[in-house]
Amino acid sequence: MDSNDLKVNNSTLAGAAPRLELRDMTKIYPSVIANDSIDLKVAPGEIHAVLGENGAGKSTLMKAIYGVVKPDRGEILWEGKQLDIINPAYARKLGIGMVFQHFSLFETLTVAENISLAMDNKNDMETLCEEIITVSEKYGLPLDPKRMVHSLPVGLRQRVEIVRCLIQKPKLLIMDEPTSVLTPQAVRKMFETLRKLSQEGCSILYISHKLDEIQELCHTATIIRAGKVTGYAFPANETSASLARMMIGKELPVCTQDNPDLDGKNRLEVRCLCKTKSDQFGTNLNDISFTVRSGEILGIAGISGNGQRELTNAVVGEWLTPKPDDILICGKPAGHLDPGQRRKLGLGFVPEDRLGRGAVPGMNLMYNYLLTTHHHNLIKGGLICFKKAARFAKECVSSFDVKCGGIEDQITSLSGGNIQKFITGREILQNPDLIVMSQPTWGVDVGAANVIRQSIIDLRNKGTAVMVISEELDELFEICDRLMVIAKGHLSPSLNVCDTTKEEIGIWMSGMFPGGPVESMN
Amino acid sequence: MRYFSPLIAALLMLLSGLLIFTVLGKNPGIAFHAFFIEPINDFYGLGELIIKASPLMLIGVGLAIGFKANIWNIGAEGQLAMGAVFGGGIAIYFNESTSVFILPAMFAGGIIGGMFWASIPAFLKTRFNANEILVSLMLNYVAILILSLLVHGPWKDPHGYGFPQSVLFSESALLPVLIEGTRLHAGVIISFAAIGVGWIFLLKSFIGYQLQVSGLAINAAAYAGFNYKKMIWIGLLAGGLTSGIAGVSEIAGPIGQLLPSVSPGYGFAAIIVAYVGRLHPGGIFLSSLLMALLYLGGESGQMNLDLPSAVTGVFQGMLLFYLLAADFLINFRIRLKSNPSLKGINS
Repeated sequence: MDSNDLKVNNSTLAGAAPRLELRDMTKIYPSVIANDSIDLKVAPGEIHAVLGENGAGKSTLMKAIYGVVKPDRGEILWEGKQLDIINPAYARKLGIGMVFQHFSLFETLTVAENISLAMDNKNDMETLCEEIITVSEKYGLPLDPKRMVHSLPVGLRQRVEIVRCLIQKPKLLIMDEPTSVLTPQAVRKMFETLRKLSQEGCSILYISHKLDEIQELCHTATIIRAGKVTGYAFPANETSASLARMMIGKELPVCTQDNPDLDGKNRLEVRCLCKTKSDQFGTNLNDISFTVRSGEILGIAGISGNGQRELTNAVVGEWLTPKPDDILICGKPAGHLDPGQRRKLGLGFVPEDRLGRGAVPGMNLMYNYLLTTHHHNLIKGGLICFKKAARFAKECVSSFDVKCGGIEDQITSLSGGNIQKFITGREILQNPDLIVMSQPTWGVDVGAANVIRQSIIDLRNKGTAVMVISEELDELFEICDRLMVIAKGHLSPSLNVCDTTKEEIGIWMSGMFPGGPVESMN
Repeated sequence: MRYFSPLIAALLMLLSGLLIFTVLGKNPGIAFHAFFIEPINDFYGLGELIIKASPLMLIGVGLAIGFKANIWNIGAEGQLAMGAVFGGGIAIYFNESTSVFILPAMFAGGIIGGMFWASIPAFLKTRFNANEILVSLMLNYVAILILSLLVHGPWKDPHGYGFPQSVLFSESALLPVLIEGTRLHAGVIISFAAIGVGWIFLLKSFIGYQLQVSGLAINAAAYAGFNYKKMIWIGLLAGGLTSGIAGVSEIAGPIGQLLPSVSPGYGFAAIIVAYVGRLHPGGIFLSSLLMALLYLGGESGQMNLDLPSAVTGVFQGMLLFYLLAADFLINFRIRLKSNPSLKGINS
């Protein structure tokens, strides 16, 4: 190969000497062929998108490159040499870094300790801390190395994962859905980081289903559907529609929206709620008041860790408020009620953590269905009505198109998107008067995300009051009627979605809104 | 695989036992016969097996209810002793009475005693977040010493030649023998019933479900609105209840009076029984029979093979150790050396 070809340039990428080449990669699981003869090439400095729905086999392919999964067939060529990547340590030695979709951090350790675990040559902690600060600031992802990971919100946890890779100066960086927890400004900043890395010669495999991002950032793309490559593309030359067609095999479904019901009754009323944080990395809630009416969707935007957890916990009853009157659900004081009692008032809740909170790992779908629905006549004389529970669980599985073998399946055997569809379905089928949804489509593939968003809209059209807490502005703008922003425990005034822009919300997310934390500091 | 590890553990225990017998200079064949066959090769022996298994399955089921919710009651031995104190107190106080209500009153007393003793760690955990393992463990010694104090002092049989033991219970305070020619007493019916009730409670009831959710994912339990404090109370009191009943069954059954020690470690052995039985009442039934056989084998080994009484403890310990090891090794792999393939890259 001619070394001149190594320069990053869309038109010459196809001919450049690849940093990584995959040939005929195949991975067969007992029930499914995850990867079926996949070929893929990444040149030095190339940002290469791997596009596909959840369950299409992207993650398996990336895990094979990173040495987590052993392929059944196929070759991996690293800088022209064929090798077996037997484990992640070896992959890191080669210069491959990976940011996982599901975080692989130890919650009881500090940021620096977590990063040190992935380092193969051990340095002392002090040097490492300094290094973390330098690298994280250089790439615009500042981090405090001494903080405990359990105290970090999801957005910052992901930052730890990214910095953990960057600190090893990788030659190939694999990123699995990295922007889902960032503000538009932060996404742009991360793109700068990635472009800078690319100019330094680092190749990037960028896994995403956000088509606009891929078009903006990536030089080339490999599209995978059901384990097979369905196309290679230069994203800049494609339209979102054509990429979507390659990805899901049909046109991208669009959510339909009716006009909001303007004189719905107040279903949720939060009055001057103040709450002092319970641990040092929590957020104080600062005089929060808002209402959600029936037949509307209120979106709460904000970067995670700004009080969302505290606010949702207060609304759903996992934290009790000082006075019963602080929170009214369907007109009744509810501040002193536990989550089960609030459900009986008509509250539904989809939490952001799926496994371990919204669903119980180690139990099957039927038992998981029972978790929040038991008060709908599923318990007789203290005993569980199994037949009835099974019937309802089956109904949930079929009406929300949850892909599984049956309700006897363990919840952990489902993909993230299907778990989320199941939990959302479970809450929606109870016909709540008020539903709170936290990060409803986080890490969920396009198809499932659309099912979930459409079901939220349908629910609103039926007169339910919906409150959505999300970090994805695209999503909030697509489904919400009104938006509020939470920053440092302050809640902004409400804006009608049609009167505002993503840019304005993005600025508000950094705390600059009337009555916000920036103003109150001055 | 989860259900195989008790079998693997039992097999490894037997193999290690073989090794120990050989090292001690016993003929393994004879030793095995004496240990595992001899005690149960007649009708009387089978009765003894069930008598020994009875408190183990009873307490094991009670403990499993707590263990499902990750509530670690290690105090069954003390709760059993307290049950014996309360039940035995009634028997001693009404020693002259021939009322048919004595026995039910003893069981009621035993239940109150066992639950009272279990309520101490429950209160301290719900109120002060005190570790229930340590509290319940230490209370074992307190309870056993209280029992000892009573039979050395106020409850000592005045005609007992100074031995630290109570009067023999009257006929109306003793459990009837079920089958002539054995010592099989009516208490085993309660234990069998407990297996059935425990099965419904753990697998069919909503409270059992709540306990299980609390054990598997505490955040999911909070999300669903299950009251964890209630789970702590239920988890500990269930163990106290069954231990208290077991205490009364022992003193009103095979023992027939209060002694300084009313249990050869049933409360501790039941922890192993619950785990070997995978916290499932059916499994607990089977594992209590195995554990009872170890007790009988130990006694037979002392008589026929000149083995020390510690041999029972050795077998119990090996069983638990191998079970924990099997559970662990089913999920994890041991790698002794660093990966050789990495070495070439460092240069």
